[in-house]
This record gives sequence, C-alpha cells and structure tokens, in this order.
Amino acid sequence: MAISEKEVKHVAWLARLGLTDAEVQKFTRQLDVILEHAGKISELNVENVPPTSHAIPLKNVLREDKVGACLTPEDALSNAPKKEDQAFVVPRIV
Amino acid sequence: MELYQMTIHELHEKLLNKEVSAKEITDSVFSRIEEVEDKVKSYLTITKDVALEQAKLADEKIAAGGKVGPLAGIPTAIKDVMCTRGVRTTCGSKILDNFIPVYTSTAVQNLFDEGIVMTGKTNMDEFAMGSSTENSGFFPTRNPWDLERVPGGSSGGSAAAVAADEAVFSLGSDTGGSIRQPAALCGIVGMKPTYGLVSRYGLVAFASSLDQIGPFTKDVTDCAIVLNHLVRHDPMDSTSVKIDRPDYKEILINDLKGVRVGVPKELMAEGIDPKVKKVVEDAIKVLADNGAIVAETSLPNLEYGLSAYYIIAPAEASSNLARFDGVRYGYRAPDPDDLMDMYMRTRTEGFGDEVKRRIMLGTYALSAGYYEAYYGKAQKVRTLIVRDFNKAFEDFDVLVSPTSPTVAFKIGEKVANPLQMYLSDICTIPVNLAGLPGISVPCGTVDGLPVGLQIIGKALGEETILRVAYSFEQNFNWSEKPKLETRD
Amino acid sequence: MEYESVIGLEIHAELNTESKMFCGCGTHFGEAPNTQTCPVCLGLPGSLPVANAKAIEYVIKSGLAVGCGINLYSIFHRKNYFYPDMPKDYQISQYDQPLCINGFIDLDMNDYQTRIGITRIHLEEDTGKLIHIGGAGRIAGAKYSLVDFNRAGVPLMEIVSEPDIRTPEEAKAYAQKLRAVLITLGVSDCSMEKGSMRVDANISIRPKGSTGLGVKTELKNLNSFRSLQRALAYEIERQAKALNEGKPEEIVQETRHWDEAKGATSTLRTKEYAHDYRYFPDPDLVPMEFDIAYIDFLRSQLPELPNERKQRFIKEYGLPVHEANLLTESKAMGDFFEETAKLYKGDPKAVANWMLGDMSYYLNTEGLEIDETAVTPKHLAELLKLIDKGVISGKIAKEIFPEMFETGKLPQVIVEEKGMTQISDEAEISKIIDMVLEENTSTVEEYRAGKDKAFGFLIGQAMRLTRGRGNPQLINRLLREKLQA
Repeated sequence: MAISEKEVKHVAWLARLGLTDAEVQKFTRQLDVILEHAGKISELNVENVPPTSHAIPLKNVLREDKVGACLTPEDALSNAPKKEDQAFVVPRIV
Repeated sequence: MELYQMTIHELHEKLLNKEVSAKEITDSVFSRIEEVEDKVKSYLTITKDVALEQAKLADEKIAAGGKVGPLAGIPTAIKDVMCTRGVRTTCGSKILDNFIPVYTSTAVQNLFDEGIVMTGKTNMDEFAMGSSTENSGFFPTRNPWDLERVPGGSSGGSAAAVAADEAVFSLGSDTGGSIRQPAALCGIVGMKPTYGLVSRYGLVAFASSLDQIGPFTKDVTDCAIVLNHLVRHDPMDSTSVKIDRPDYKEILINDLKGVRVGVPKELMAEGIDPKVKKVVEDAIKVLADNGAIVAETSLPNLEYGLSAYYIIAPAEASSNLARFDGVRYGYRAPDPDDLMDMYMRTRTEGFGDEVKRRIMLGTYALSAGYYEAYYGKAQKVRTLIVRDFNKAFEDFDVLVSPTSPTVAFKIGEKVANPLQMYLSDICTIPVNLAGLPGISVPCGTVDGLPVGLQIIGKALGEETILRVAYSFEQNFNWSEKPKLETRD
Repeated sequence: MEYESVIGLEIHAELNTESKMFCGCGTHFGEAPNTQTCPVCLGLPGSLPVANAKAIEYVIKSGLAVGCGINLYSIFHRKNYFYPDMPKDYQISQYDQPLCINGFIDLDMNDYQTRIGITRIHLEEDTGKLIHIGGAGRIAGAKYSLVDFNRAGVPLMEIVSEPDIRTPEEAKAYAQKLRAVLITLGVSDCSMEKGSMRVDANISIRPKGSTGLGVKTELKNLNSFRSLQRALAYEIERQAKALNEGKPEEIVQETRHWDEAKGATSTLRTKEYAHDYRYFPDPDLVPMEFDIAYIDFLRSQLPELPNERKQRFIKEYGLPVHEANLLTESKAMGDFFEETAKLYKGDPKAVANWMLGDMSYYLNTEGLEIDETAVTPKHLAELLKLIDKGVISGKIAKEIFPEMFETGKLPQVIVEEKGMTQISDEAEISKIIDMVLEENTSTVEEYRAGKDKAFGFLIGQAMRLTRGRGNPQLINRLLREKLQA
C-alpha cells in the first residue's frame, strides 16, 4: 500500500475536504493505484540531478516600486458571499 | 459553403472586400450554435449580447476605413478558465458557478483589442483536470464525430465548438495535453506554445509551471494567425518571455526538404492503439515523401515523465486551489457554524471528485515526510525529461508522435479508472514538463474517428513546427468533416 | 536554583515601499477597508505575482547592515495554510534559500557587551487584517469577523535571532538597536503602535551553567519595548516558579498572550492544529540571482549605522561611551543631538547632559518619542546659549524647560514673558549684597571667624533677594570681595 486510509483522512483534512467513510475507502483505493504508478520514479537514481521547477531559464523578473491602479471597493467586494462595512464577513474563527 | 464553416483567413478576406459584415458572420455562427448546441454542448455560457456588440464595433471600424487586423469580427469561443470581466467564469466548477470576474485575462484582452467577437465560454473538465470533459461540474460535451464519445479534454468544449463550427476558432489551455489531445480527438488543429510565450495572467491556474494558453483552429494558417496575436510579453506574468516575435503566418511555406524529423520510439510503443499507430506511420511517410529526413530516436526517461507529472501537477494544484474557500468569491456553504465548518463544507460541496483526488494527491506529495520522495524527486525527473529532449534535438528539428494513444473513447468508459484516464495523456505530458511547443494536426481516421499527429519543437521553435504542420496539411489534403451523429 | 533564560526574537518589519510586494497597490496605513486591493492581493483566480525590486533591495541592505551573508541565489516558496486573512490561503515567503543569513548585532549593556546572532532575514508578504465583532474585539468570543485586505501583500521582512539573548533587558536592547538600524536605513517605519514592527519572543529557562534547553513558550501581543521586557520578565518568573515548585508540567510548548493591563501571560486560546505548511518553490515566480558587484554597490550605499555613529560620537564630540550609546539608541535621538550641537556650537557634553537628563525625563513621563514633541534642536541650543551668555542661570533653565516642552515657545520668549532674565548688572548686585551684609551681621562675624559654611548662607540670601535671577558667579565674586574688604 502506497497510502493508508488514515493518511487519506489526514491529507483531506489538510486540504479542508470532508470525506464520508465510503469516500475514504474509494479515494484510498484510487490514490493507492496512482501513487503506485507515481512511485516508479523511486527506481531512478537522481542523486546528482538538479531539480527543475521552471521549464524556462528566467531570473530576476522584478517590477519597479510604483503604485498602480487598485480596484474600487465595489469591484473588490462584488463577488463576496457575505459583506458588511466594505469588508468580507467570515463566521466566527474559534 | 456557409460562413460558419469558413476559416479566419477566408472570412478576413471577405470582410476586407466588404462581401460580408461581421454581423453576418456572427449571425451565421449563432444560427449554427442554435442548430447544434443541444447535441454537442460545447458552451457553458453563450454571450450573444457581447458578440453582437463586438461585431457592431468591428463593422463600424471597417466601414470607417480603419485598419483592422485578421481577427476583427471573427467569432471566437473562450475556454471558461480565462477570466472575462463581467462575464461569468466557472472553470467548469460548481464552486465558481456564480463568479463574475472584475478583470479580463491578458490573452483574451489581446484578442479583444484585435476586435474578435466572443461567442461564449466553453465547457471543460473542472479546473482543467481531465482528458474527456466528463469532469465538468455541469455536463459532458460530446464529440461531433460521434455524440456518444468524449471530445477529449480538458478543453473539450473549445475543441468541439470549432469542430462543430460553433466558433471559427477558440482558445484553450494545455497543462498536460488539454489542447492537443482534444484537437486530435475532434479532428482540428490545436497548439500549445512554448511555456512563457502566452501570458498566463487571468488564466485560472491548475499547475502554474505547466499551464499554457493556445488556439484551436480549422487549419494551420489560422493557428499561425491567432498565435501572432497571443504572443506578447506581459509584465503582469513573471514567467512571460520577451522575444522578437516572427510573423508566424509569413513563415508558413510548403517545404520539408532537409527537415530532420525524429520519431521517439517510446511514443510508438505498446500502449498506442495499433490502428492509431498505423495512421501516424502513414502520416510520417507523407513527411518523408516530401523531403523530410525521418529517423527513430529515443526519450529514455519518458515512462517516468507521467509519474513525475502526476506528482508535480497535483502538488501545484493543491496550493492553487486553496483560495476557493468561500471567503471572497464563489460558493459558500449555507449557514456555517464556524470558519472550519465553512471551509470544509464549501470545498466538499463545491469541488468534484477528480479535483478532490488531485488536491489530495498533491497535498500528500508535499506533506511532511513525503516531499523528498515525491515532489523533490519528481522535479529531478523533470530535469531528466528536459535533458532527453535536449539530446534528441541535437539531431532533429522536430519530433513527431501520435497526439493521443487512442481515438475518442466512449463517454463513461474510463470514469471509474482514473489511472487509465491519466494514461491517455502519455504522449503530450512530457512536452509540458519540458516547456516545449507542440501542435496536433489531423492525419486521418480510425473507424471514422480522427487521429492527430503531434509535432514537437525546441523551446521557442514555433516557426519550425508550424512549417512542418503546414507542409503536412498541404500535402495530406484531409477534408473530412464530422456529421454530428451517433455512430456504432 | 538559579536559572538562566534562553531567548530568541522573531521580528517582523513592514518595508516602507510605495507599492505592495507583488502588485502595484499602495501601502498607506489607515485607509478605508478594501480600498487598496487588486486581483493580485485579493488572490482572485488567475492573478499572478511580480516581485517588487525595491523590497528585495531593502532586505539585502538590512542584511548587510547587520553583518549577514547574502545568498546570491534566492527563491520564494509558498507556505500553505488556511486562514481568512490570507487571500490565496498560502503566503509567499522564503524557506531554505532566504535572502540573508548569519548576521549579528552587538549590544552595549553598560557593564558588559554581548553579541546576538541573527539566523536569517527573509522577505514575505503581509496578511490582511481581521476585525472581530462581538466578544470585546478579541478573537475568542467574537460572533463573526470582518476581513480588510488593504494590508495583504505589503512587503514584510522577518528577522530571526539566534537564541543568544539572556535577559529581558538584552531583548529590549536588541529590538531597539535593530529598530534604529532599520530606521537609519530608511527601509521601515518600525512603528510598534501601527504594527509596522512586530516582535514575538521565544523563551525557555535552564539551570545556570547547563547547556541543555528547556521547554520554550512563544509570547505574542508584545506591542511596545516595555511590553517585551515586562512579558519576558513575567514569563521567566512563571517558568522558574513552576520548576522550583516541582511542576514542570506547567511549562508546555505553546503560544502565550501578553496582557499589558494585567501584566501577565496566558495561554492563547485558539484552535491549535498541527501545522504542515507544505513549503514548495512558488512556480509563479522566478529565482533571484545577484552578482557580487551589485551586493558591493548596495554595501557602498549604506548610511552611517548606529554603532558607527556611536564610535564617532565618542571621538568627535568627546562623549563617554555610555552617553554615546544612549544617544544612538534611536536615529531620531542621534539626529537631535547632532543638530543641537551644530546650532549651539558650545560643549557637546552639555547637549548630551540635557538630552539624557531633563529631556529624557519629560519624554518618559509623557511617553513620547523625541521627534514627537514641540522641542526642537533650536529650542535646546537657544536654551544652552542663554545659559552661556549669562542671561539665565542653569536653575532657571530647568524651570523653563518643561514650559518649552509643553508649549513649544522658544526659551527667550518664555524668559521675557516671565521676566526671568538673569541680573548681571554689577551695581545692582553690589547693592543687594550690601543689603545682605547689613541684615546678617552675625553671620558675617561667623564667616570672618573661619566658619566657611556661613558663606553659602549669605549667597543663598542674595539669591533669595534676586528671586533666583542673580548671576551666581557675579554674586559669588562680589560677596567674596566685599567680605575680604
């Protein structure tokens, strides 16, 4: 097994996803097959290989410290599920 | 021939000659949409009002004798993963069902500036995760060649729209084959440019280091025309490259003499449907018959590419999709008890299974204790893939392969087996990992279903692959059209 | 048992760039909610970050100013966790390749000197602000919360010290010195009040002489240097008490909230979860690479730093080490001193004495910074000149100072308004002394009989008759002359 039900529950929680028991079983089975396949890369010896996080060799792409246009608060909040006093409302945190 | 059947360059000529108006073209396309959309289901949102307004502007500009570019007045469909100000943008997800962007993505804005007519936003696999458009949170799109089959994915709506003449061209996005594979399955031209060539600003991210916008067109000439207007440096995208862009249309010549074409043996191996392989071999023969120097080559680490991809892409996605949390936009579960309840229920109810699967996969690959074995290692494997391509390109100008190992499969056929679905991207994924350009052109049929030839170039080698694709198209002379029926 | 504390500070300073870290929104403090936002800092789908060149320059300069090595190759990572003040539900930060590593700050603690190591300085983006509704504005007990993203994406520099700090006084001195450095560099306002400088402290204690580490707690809500010092002192006592009473279980690894009013720390009640930040390189940003010439250029641009200034004060103005140290504790203090010394042209030590004496007293009493009062270098220089010219005595000057402090009136104006001018007219003083001698014949006799103390009494009488305005030197001289006549 590449991944256990317990681990699936843990990553689901880290990702803020709720799973039913049946889903835990289903996803564990599916992820296990995928990870088994992905685990193929462990066969490779890549000790001295540098990682590639970008396919293009760009560096130092920076912007000048200049103020540009902002959104109007109406636009900023236009998709807010709930708003009050020009701010986004979230339910109690603790 | 109906206006909606024509290419960009044909319509442009008619517009310049004042034979037709943008309004007439637009009306023609919308009448086609009305006729066939119920069967194909390409669109998530149809924007007729926007289209008519844009057509009017294009006509006014032409009437006033103003200079118009080749895209002015051309009906265009946009994959629903690119933000359009004031027009609902769902990414094929219930979680963004009600989302109306307040800004327009750079790529789309560049086309707006050229005077396109936006017909609507097309269906897609949720957040571009999938190879069949069955993962749309709304409904599946059907392949115009066989309505019981998938159009491919994730940009299935954009591919089907062009194949069914519901748009003259369309935009898609390609993370692991999401333009090329549906283009192949729908019998049209689809291109993924070099990573960084087209701005990603406003493209809702799936896997940031792999995503790239590109066109679906009816022929290679149209592809070059659209590319001319998509390729712009964008200061809003740190990964946007600055180049002296050639005129891609001007460099299209029918000449393959001396062009060195490599055929990676790993992409013609088991796993490729033998009938598909045969069609592709015939296509390669067309290249050779017209002067190309064809030889076998090898990408030895290719089999590990798929594994690396299915670690890297979900890892980036797990982070990119965290923002869909119900705080600032999109769906929020009703009456949450507290913040945690809101997060959990919003995301659980808002995302579909494939998205959940990949978020969990990516979260796992990045989590403490597994990072090195999975994500860290996958990034190194990515280097090996890049090296394989670099080596092959020492000897060849382009590499060719089937775009997809199979023709379009039946709706529902692979839904229960995610890994099987993932394997349908085996030919296209390595190209994204290396950031290279790739184009799929139709090269025949198997049992009446289209097959695509993938042509892969060096980084920024768009000119070469367009030239090879164009030459192939000129010498292959394929003119089959989908019938929008169900086959057996 | 005698304990020693092991303290490390994590200091966040907002950089005072014009625009945010990854977008062009402004960074003003105190604007109406959600007026300084854009697709990028709201984390709207599809938006992308582009790094602010100035912010990177500021962090490198800060690193150079505290002796850090600069990583010539540095990248941004994503730190993943869900929280409503974080628009993307990940923070763009730095992980294993921060901009600056391995620096230090030297502290002068009066009777000893010590060096505090700096582990790293990295660049990240600030979060938005939460306003809790109900429950007296605290997160615990609030009914719901409002989110304002104006602050989200403001460039934030995190400076992590080594656990080299041993006392609350050192912690305070370190934070103050760091603040002086950053203000001198002009990279941050470092206002603890506005939250542009935020200090968190890690603290554990161990038996003196041991090298092991005890269980540490993290202290938050330290909104002033005073809070920092008090909170640490409280926490050290709390931990020592727990150990002495054989209740080590009272010290757990946790975050504790400092309550300034109660003068105590308490467990911060949040839903504590085991974090797994899943750091990975941000694919939306490309690496930063610097060449040595650029770093050297930035080094050459550094202004005079507090410790250099201290040395110069000692050399140039002849100040004692202690005074020089205090005067360079903040940039504003040092600037005030130099400006005053320049205007005054007299003995710089007099300036130092006034600043560290009366001036500091009133500043502390009012809880003000030196640049927040009506007293300017011109005020102090004029006051000193009046003393030197004999217009007022030192004693009168001390009376004038608080009024100057309060009203901002120049000293001569106060002197004139109140008729406090010193009497330096020899004839007038002579007359007064004659009166004193007449009225105090017996004391005069005592003096002549050899009782030196009597002289002081007579001076006092003369000062009394001039209502303190008599020139003391003149009185002294004339009295002596007349007694000896």
